[in-house]
Amino acid sequence: RKTYLSPAKKLRLSKPSKSAALHVDLCKATNSTDALQYLLQFARKPVEAESVEGVVRILLEHYYKETDTSVRLKIASLLGLLSKTQGFRPDCIVDDIINTLCNEKSHQVLAQLLDTLLVVGTELPDSPAVRQRLVQVSCKHLSDTYFGVRNKCLQLLGCVGTVDAPLSKDVRDVQSIISDYFGDQDPRVRTAALKAMACRLLSDDYEQVRSAAVQMVWVLSQLYPESIVPIPSSNEEIRLVDDAFGKISHMVSDGSWMVRVQAAKTLGSMLQVSPHFLEQTLDKKLMSDLRRKRTAHERAKELFASGEFSSGRKWADDAPKEKLDTNTVNLIASGACGAFVHGLEDEMFEVRIAAVEALCQLARSSPTFAEKCLDFLVDMFNDEIEEVRLQSIHVLRQISTHITLREDQLDTVLAVLEDSSRDIREALHELLCYTNVSTKECIQLALLELLKNLNKYPTDRNSVWKCLKFLGSRHPTLVLPLVPELLSTHPYFDTPEPDMDDPAYIAVLVLVFNAAKSCPTMPALFSDHTFRHYAYLRDSLSHLVPPLRVLGLDPVDSGSASGSVESAQLFLQQSLNRISTIQNLEAPGAQDLLNFTIRDVQRLGHLQTQLSGAADFCATYLRCQLLLMKALQEKLWNMAVPLCLKQNVTATAAARQILEETYKLEFLYGGLENRQIATIHHVRLQAKALQLILSARTRQGLDPLISSCEKFLQEIEAFQRSFLTELPHLHDSFVDKLLELKPRISACSSVELVKILQTTLRQSGLLQLRLPEQIHRATATIIEPTGESDNPLRFTSGLVVALDIDATLEHVQDPQNTVKVQVLYPDGQSHVIHPKPGDFRKPGADRHRLITQVYLSHTAWTEPSQIEVRLLLSYSSASSSLSSSKHLGWSDSSDGLQSPEAVVEGTIPFSKPVKVFIMPKPARR
Amino acid sequence: MPEIKVTPLGAGQDVGRSCILVSIGGKNIMLDCGMHMGYNDDRRFPDFSYITQNGRLTEFLDCVIISHFHLDHCGALPYMSEMVGYDGPIYMTHPTKAICPILLEDFRKITVDKKGETNFFTSQMIKDCMKKVIPLNLHQTVQVDDELEIKAYYAGHVLGAAMVHIKVGSESVVYTGDYNMTPDRHLGAAWIDKCRPDILISESTYATTIRDSKRCRERDFLKKVHESIERGGKVLIPVFALGRAQELCILLETFWERMNLKAPIYFSTGLTEKANHYYKLFITWTNQKIRKTFVQRNMFEFKHIKAFDRSYADNPGPMVVFATPGMLHAGQSLQIFKKWAGNEKNMVIMPGYCVQGTIGHKILNGQRKLEMEGRATVRKLSFTFTLTFFLLCNLDVKLQVEYMSFSAHADAKGIMQLIRMAEPRNMLLVHGEAVKMEFLKGKIEQEFSINCYMPANGETTTVTTNPSVPVDISLNLLKREMALGGPLPDPKKPRTMHGTLIMKENSLKLVSSEQALKELGLNEHQLRFTCRVQLQDPHSDPDTLHRIYTHLKSVLKGYTIQHLPDGTVMVESIVIKVSSSAEDPNTKVLLLSWSYQVTFLRC
Repeated sequence: RKTYLSPAKKLRLSKPSKSAALHVDLCKATNSTDALQYLLQFARKPVEAESVEGVVRILLEHYYKETDTSVRLKIASLLGLLSKTQGFRPDCIVDDIINTLCNEKSHQVLAQLLDTLLVVGTELPDSPAVRQRLVQVSCKHLSDTYFGVRNKCLQLLGCVGTVDAPLSKDVRDVQSIISDYFGDQDPRVRTAALKAMACRLLSDDYEQVRSAAVQMVWVLSQLYPESIVPIPSSNEEIRLVDDAFGKISHMVSDGSWMVRVQAAKTLGSMLQVSPHFLEQTLDKKLMSDLRRKRTAHERAKELFASGEFSSGRKWADDAPKEKLDTNTVNLIASGACGAFVHGLEDEMFEVRIAAVEALCQLARSSPTFAEKCLDFLVDMFNDEIEEVRLQSIHVLRQISTHITLREDQLDTVLAVLEDSSRDIREALHELLCYTNVSTKECIQLALLELLKNLNKYPTDRNSVWKCLKFLGSRHPTLVLPLVPELLSTHPYFDTPEPDMDDPAYIAVLVLVFNAAKSCPTMPALFSDHTFRHYAYLRDSLSHLVPPLRVLGLDPVDSGSASGSVESAQLFLQQSLNRISTIQNLEAPGAQDLLNFTIRDVQRLGHLQTQLSGAADFCATYLRCQLLLMKALQEKLWNMAVPLCLKQNVTATAAARQILEETYKLEFLYGGLENRQIATIHHVRLQAKALQLILSARTRQGLDPLISSCEKFLQEIEAFQRSFLTELPHLHDSFVDKLLELKPRISACSSVELVKILQTTLRQSGLLQLRLPEQIHRATATIIEPTGESDNPLRFTSGLVVALDIDATLEHVQDPQNTVKVQVLYPDGQSHVIHPKPGDFRKPGADRHRLITQVYLSHTAWTEPSQIEVRLLLSYSSASSSLSSSKHLGWSDSSDGLQSPEAVVEGTIPFSKPVKVFIMPKPARR
Repeated sequence: MPEIKVTPLGAGQDVGRSCILVSIGGKNIMLDCGMHMGYNDDRRFPDFSYITQNGRLTEFLDCVIISHFHLDHCGALPYMSEMVGYDGPIYMTHPTKAICPILLEDFRKITVDKKGETNFFTSQMIKDCMKKVIPLNLHQTVQVDDELEIKAYYAGHVLGAAMVHIKVGSESVVYTGDYNMTPDRHLGAAWIDKCRPDILISESTYATTIRDSKRCRERDFLKKVHESIERGGKVLIPVFALGRAQELCILLETFWERMNLKAPIYFSTGLTEKANHYYKLFITWTNQKIRKTFVQRNMFEFKHIKAFDRSYADNPGPMVVFATPGMLHAGQSLQIFKKWAGNEKNMVIMPGYCVQGTIGHKILNGQRKLEMEGRATVRKLSFTFTLTFFLLCNLDVKLQVEYMSFSAHADAKGIMQLIRMAEPRNMLLVHGEAVKMEFLKGKIEQEFSINCYMPANGETTTVTTNPSVPVDISLNLLKREMALGGPLPDPKKPRTMHGTLIMKENSLKLVSSEQALKELGLNEHQLRFTCRVQLQDPHSDPDTLHRIYTHLKSVLKGYTIQHLPDGTVMVESIVIKVSSSAEDPNTKVLLLSWSYQVTFLRC
């Protein structure tokens, strides 16, 4: 049965003949369009390093003969692509390309050839001879009349020319050559000139030129930040980075918004700038009728300092005071003056966002600047575009370690809590988690506003509680004096016990308990019911309420956390090692060992949360092995075929379950290496072999058997191809043995194949599992709906009702495409809903948040009943990590190797189902 | 030398009554035609007799351009076009054309119907005047006639405000009108490309002011309104109907939306409704945010802002009311103020400047007891004097009074920024106070080293220009020049070349001399210079010549030197001949002859 191997053979044949095939094709081509077609086809396939040189020769040969410029152009670009091939040193083709360059007439082709040389030049950074030649060539072509050629020459010069050493006596140094072209009449050439080298062109007429100039100035300032440059009009000297900072700041008020965006972005990355210049960016000297005026920020600060809180009662409290000397007023922002003030006020939100981001980066490296820019950031909370508001809140959070909010600032920040956008509110909660405040009034204010927020938007419950948790644990001493008021206790009278289910009361308790954790005197102020409530909350909201050393209540023994991670890891490793001895054991003993190990590992996962992913992974893998072992030890193998139908059922089920588990192993866990994937695929292959054998035993007739045998052989091929590098590690395994017998297998009949499989399967041992550094299990928790509500969601049957879903996902890659919501109705109907990509937010690394609505509908019911909602992780074997890494060619190879393995798609439920009470009512007529 | 003349008829060292005459390249243009709000006599309109004493203006003006719809920029337009007489084109942007007649009509009503003035333009005149208007689009180049072209740029002062670039040949002037360099809630910032005009005529209202970030102002405003509403108070915001009112509406509307507030916002009706309608239409003239979101929702389709009715003022509960006029001197805003002044929970926010004497001004200065005039009765006592009785009632002002400055003019920094954008060769300041202009003038001259002028009304500023004259050049000549080699042509450096300039029927052409001769039917004349050099040499003539030849050959390397059989030596195109003088055979006369192209050859 030779057909089994045909795809592989074809592949092997075609590879070495690649250059030959191209040659034939090109010779066949009768006209230029045909040739172009062949070349385009050729470009789609990868070429190995060994055959590159041959291909290049053929291409060049054809190049000399070709009269059509477009074909020559394509060949030239192909040459460039080819010289990028890994493992190929392009020095041998430099001479050829330079030769063709000398004879070429078409400007476009010339430019393309120079581009090819540019590629060659970057591939050979350490060969001075080649570089020198390239510099000479590009100098020669600098006088070309076509802008593209000059462009490429300048790029080439910039790439290969070295700054420090003049290359030879007669060739001037590269910088001066390039600077000659600053005045070229074509804007595109000027852009190139700048990219190769920098400040005059910051005031060019064309925005691209200015944009490139900004970039250029930045590059220079990063290269030589400390060199001293003179200021033209005076005899002062400043650091280059400061000078560049000033110049770029100036560009923040450029006429083109693209340039402004770039300038603002660039400012953020100039961290070496001196603080004096940095602080200028926020300074815009105000004046009114030539009198110095204080900014609103300064006034607010003074008012706060003087103890007066509310401002602006009087007209003209901003009346200008001192008179300014007309000579000292500088209207043109010299240097960095007010750059950010302008940037933050810009018309285009793109510029504003860029400015906010730049502020963030600069403030993170300079605490004093962070303090200064605080007012401006707080102002941005009031921007008209939500994106900008959100960004500035995030930025404030990032720099919050450096700052302490004043009361008036906090007031402004808290005002945003009433925003109707959920994202804004949650970002603000997160900000408050990290904020330092200075007085107890601030805490009170924050609590008050948060409670108001809770009242207005009850869905924010979790977020508000979490926020208060951090607020409490950060400021225990500030909370302490507030406790009697917060808990409304009275020294003489007993106060009524508050309602335990009131979210606002819980919020207050969360604040107090978290503060009490590091403030041992606080529990003394609690009343009896507070302790009772503590016990209740500690149980129900353990993630929000910390353990307290409270009288009468023993703090929960933290024994679970006693073992260190290292010892747990060691234990896990030892358990796995123990498994390897399984070969030597008898069947029942081996099964027991597996059973115990699975139990141990699972328990370990519960105890040590950091290892739960790895432990889960091991347990699942071992369960697969156990199942496989059990299936193979059934009695059915010794029985005659017709007698063992019943046993067959269990074995078939086991095979199917193993298959399912392997998909879980592959797609539910993140951080797997190729080694583990190979192991998983190996188990899957075993399961498939088992299935094949079972079906061979039960089913009659050869035809279906032949086709499934064929499929199985293809899968082995695919396995071998994908895990070529892993094969040595799979020594003595099922696959290893099969591959040894491969010549026999491919020749024998299907019945024989089944026999071989049966023996190898039973003989082959267990494959040792090696754990990678980190394994994370993808998990999902549905926060909303909670499933606690007893009130059914009523709606008219036939119409839809929207159910809000709020869930957090951890360690899920690409959730936009993989996560789905499943709704199960009591009648067994199930709907899978694909949420919109916009419904996913990313609050942190490896964490996602899904906030979406699913629409429910059903025909009328007589009673309210529960539906189940859960999240599914969908997978497809085509998108598995190994196949995606395989297709990384140097061109988009759509006609690449098509895996013979049929694409398997499926879903894995990965969250606990939540029950929702619904009641579709019959429509009233 | 060609000149550009600029004469302000109004707004020269003054605010109000903007009207500027520009003569450029033989064209006369009037920029804006405004009126002065401070006068009620003849001084309120520009002095058109400056242009011509008698008769119509049509033959003296090529076009009139109106920058925006404020009355100090367009108020005198019907007077000029209908009463003085002008039939030429009037240019303004689409929004200006739409809103301008509403304001003019309103103004006419107040002056004629309320104040009872006569000799004023009528509604029909406004209509006739608007018929002469040609609308402009942003960045659209409009040819007024063959030579004069104008182009509008965004100015951001009010809806439809524009800056105009006026160009005749290579001479150009930019007139800014009023503009704003910082964007606000409904308009973007002014923008102009680097057009390098000969003169930039800029307003200078805030020549000596640098303003604070507008965000602080906005935040303050919103906070005050929000606090008052939360307390259950009523907020009164007296505004003028157009411009700032819309900005504040957008500000409050978006705030209400964001914060999910429920308290009603009212806008007193009147011409505002019509104007709001136009704001909805001219979306392209607003800022980025409104332009980008109007497909989902037009920001001027206010959800929370409703029309005000007199009876609403007595409704219980919090509310915000925008009412006209802005200085609390009369009308609805005053009525509401009287009703609400007694409650300390209420608040009045003055968003702009108040003229002395108005109630707005008084309360801003902290006056807490106001004497209100109830009803005025005039009784004639005798022929010579009348007595006026006012029924006065005292009003305790308990409500909070706040001041907010929202203004849409460029500050000193903004003006400098615009100059940097446009890079003009000369600067001219109008629409500002003389003292303040003086300061800005000094700064401009210092920073940009360009001339800056600030003419008073009726004073003419003359600027000489150096326009470049375009000349057609024949392709052959260019190619020949290229073939000569040398460095690539550099646009920044002049380069000499040989050719003949032909001036024919208003066009200039540069051609090679041969072609010029052919075209003009002339014969070529050779011009040669000769000179005689005497030297003592005993040899015969041919020998001397040969010796000169060998000498030159040794000295002038790199030049073609030929000894021709006819007894001459040629060095390039210079001919050398030798002859003996008649008296003395030893004295040889060297005859050198060269064409005029060869200037000299160093030996």
